[in-house]
Amino acid sequence: MNKKQKKTLIRIIISALLLILLTVFNKYLPFLQIGAVRFIVYMIPYIIIGYDILIKAFKGIKNKQVFDEAFLMAVATIGAVVLALYSGSGDYLEAIAVMLFYQVGEWFQSYAVGKSRRNISELMDIRPDYANIEEDGALKRVDPDEVETGSIIIVQPGEKVPIDGIIIEGKSTLNTAALTGESLPRDVKEGEEIISGCINETGLLKIKTTKEFEESTVSKILDLVENASSRKSKSEDFITKFARIYTPAVVYAAVALAFLPPIISLLIGNAPNWNIWVYRALTFLVASCPCALVVSIPLSFFAGIGGASNSGILVKGSNYLELLSKTKIVVFDKTGTLTQGVFEVSGIHHSEISEEKLIEYAALAESASSHPISKSLQKAYGKPVDRTRVSDIKEIGGEGVIAAVDGKQIAAGNDKLMNSLGVSCIDCRSVGTVIHMAIDGKYAGHIVISDIEKPTSKAAVKKLKASGVKETVMLTGDSKAVADKVAASLGIDRVYSELLPGDKVAKIEEILKNKGKNDAVAFVGDGINDAPVLRRADIGIAMGAMGSDAAIEAADIVLMDDDPMQIAKAIRISRKSLRIVYQNIVFSIAIKLLCLLLVALGLANMWLAVFADVGVMILAVFNAIRALFVKNL
Amino acid sequence: MKKSYKIDVDCAVCADKMEVAANKTDGVKNAVVNFMTLKMKVEFEDGSDPKAVMENVLANCKRVEDDCEIFL
Repeated sequence: MNKKQKKTLIRIIISALLLILLTVFNKYLPFLQIGAVRFIVYMIPYIIIGYDILIKAFKGIKNKQVFDEAFLMAVATIGAVVLALYSGSGDYLEAIAVMLFYQVGEWFQSYAVGKSRRNISELMDIRPDYANIEEDGALKRVDPDEVETGSIIIVQPGEKVPIDGIIIEGKSTLNTAALTGESLPRDVKEGEEIISGCINETGLLKIKTTKEFEESTVSKILDLVENASSRKSKSEDFITKFARIYTPAVVYAAVALAFLPPIISLLIGNAPNWNIWVYRALTFLVASCPCALVVSIPLSFFAGIGGASNSGILVKGSNYLELLSKTKIVVFDKTGTLTQGVFEVSGIHHSEISEEKLIEYAALAESASSHPISKSLQKAYGKPVDRTRVSDIKEIGGEGVIAAVDGKQIAAGNDKLMNSLGVSCIDCRSVGTVIHMAIDGKYAGHIVISDIEKPTSKAAVKKLKASGVKETVMLTGDSKAVADKVAASLGIDRVYSELLPGDKVAKIEEILKNKGKNDAVAFVGDGINDAPVLRRADIGIAMGAMGSDAAIEAADIVLMDDDPMQIAKAIRISRKSLRIVYQNIVFSIAIKLLCLLLVALGLANMWLAVFADVGVMILAVFNAIRALFVKNL
Repeated sequence: MKKSYKIDVDCAVCADKMEVAANKTDGVKNAVVNFMTLKMKVEFEDGSDPKAVMENVLANCKRVEDDCEIFL
């Protein structure tokens, strides 16, 4: 509770107590029955609880801002007091109670919104408070902002890594949960890059910073999340516009309610019943406050964005959250998105010698090359390469390599190389890059190297379909054979292969042109070379964004992890948030209109009106908070 | 030039009023008030003095919503 809330709470309690005392002792205190005394005594709790509203209403009138809530409440309660005086009933209780309930509602709203605001912010807060630097052998805590690039910082177990850098000493396990939402521990050791925002779990680390704090991952993410809800969604715009015309409209309706029926009644020769209609008009004003609506919609979005970022899904604005819920077509990049983007030996065929031996020869022959293929061969070989066994390495561009290994002539390369050596090779039916091997001029079999699918890709595509996505499309620069095979195995609906980067944009445009009117097209890429496509799609989703600034920049939604399952999760989160938003819009407006109707017909009094107003608001706020809980989606 | 200011305001309608008022102030190109994070992002017109402009923004906001604050 802040100061203002405490003060209001005290005022609420005092005036509620006074009100109870007055009601209980009303009968026993004869002086309360004297008109003037009664008025003054009853005005004490009224002023205590409502003075700020009255002042605000007065200032509002002075500044020509008459249609705000303070004005409505002031008019309604003063009107009720005047009616009580005029009719001689001396029933001031209602005016005080209405003001009291209104203040209780306001207090609760302020408290609930403040609390959820804090909860959500805490959830998103991954800001490191300090960095340790070593000075004269002792650790000193400094503001991460003050650490210059190239400084050595020390991160103790249990501390957050404050700035991006390279580990120069120590090894440890990192918890990346704050960044990815996934608490998969990651082992790091000397010489490896380390990203700020991770929590160092086990060992002491010495890190040489490679960036300033401002440029570090954690700052970038914080910046993104903090500015997220500044981009307003259509629903929020709708509510704002609605509120802007709603309040004046209600005031005019109330004026009409106060004057039209009595005048009509007079004209047709009946009693005008002014006090009944004026009372109804005042009640109408009390019932009309649009606060439930206006506060719960941005709160729902904020909670949704907060929940998502806690799961490692950064949404750049509520507009994107809204759009994401309408996603009907998801377009994927292949390499790095659905597949791991690392090449692995996936098959060895027709080998004349043992498969291990074939891999060993291939790895040795290719040992001088830094090509990804050579790396994958060495990985498959699994042992350190003894370069002394290799000599006379001859690389033939576009064909392969010939080298002497253990005194044998090894040729590793494509069919062109085999042809030029006069070796007849066996074609491979598998998809991928094929390396034919010849030992001493004799064909020895071939090795197939291909990009492997991510373990969750297939399940992710399935889950997307279950989440309401109609079509999945894959775009790739890879060959048709490879693309078709991957698509078939993952269950992708449409494939476009052998595309140049520019073609991808053209394809997205084609898909955008043919989509349904209210459908959104999302493009998922790794963000490194897909920036133009990410921008062109309705929603650009970049994945595996840890450490990639380009991705964070170009995308609308950033998945910290590179797990494709997160796409479906993001869509589910957005659907849930939007469901809550619509529930709140429909529920609040429906209850409000119903109340206004009941009041206009004289079926509800001022008490009910205030209860309805506060009650709807509380329910809407609670409902909005539900958007925060997204762990199990 | 863009700047972000912390604000204090109690209700979402009031925050919206502040936004409208800020946008009407001379020297402000665009202003966005975020009720959830209690921040006001102001984009100033070229050549305007943010400090002076913000004084006016505050005055205009106070006019439409007495119970608000911008921490300049």
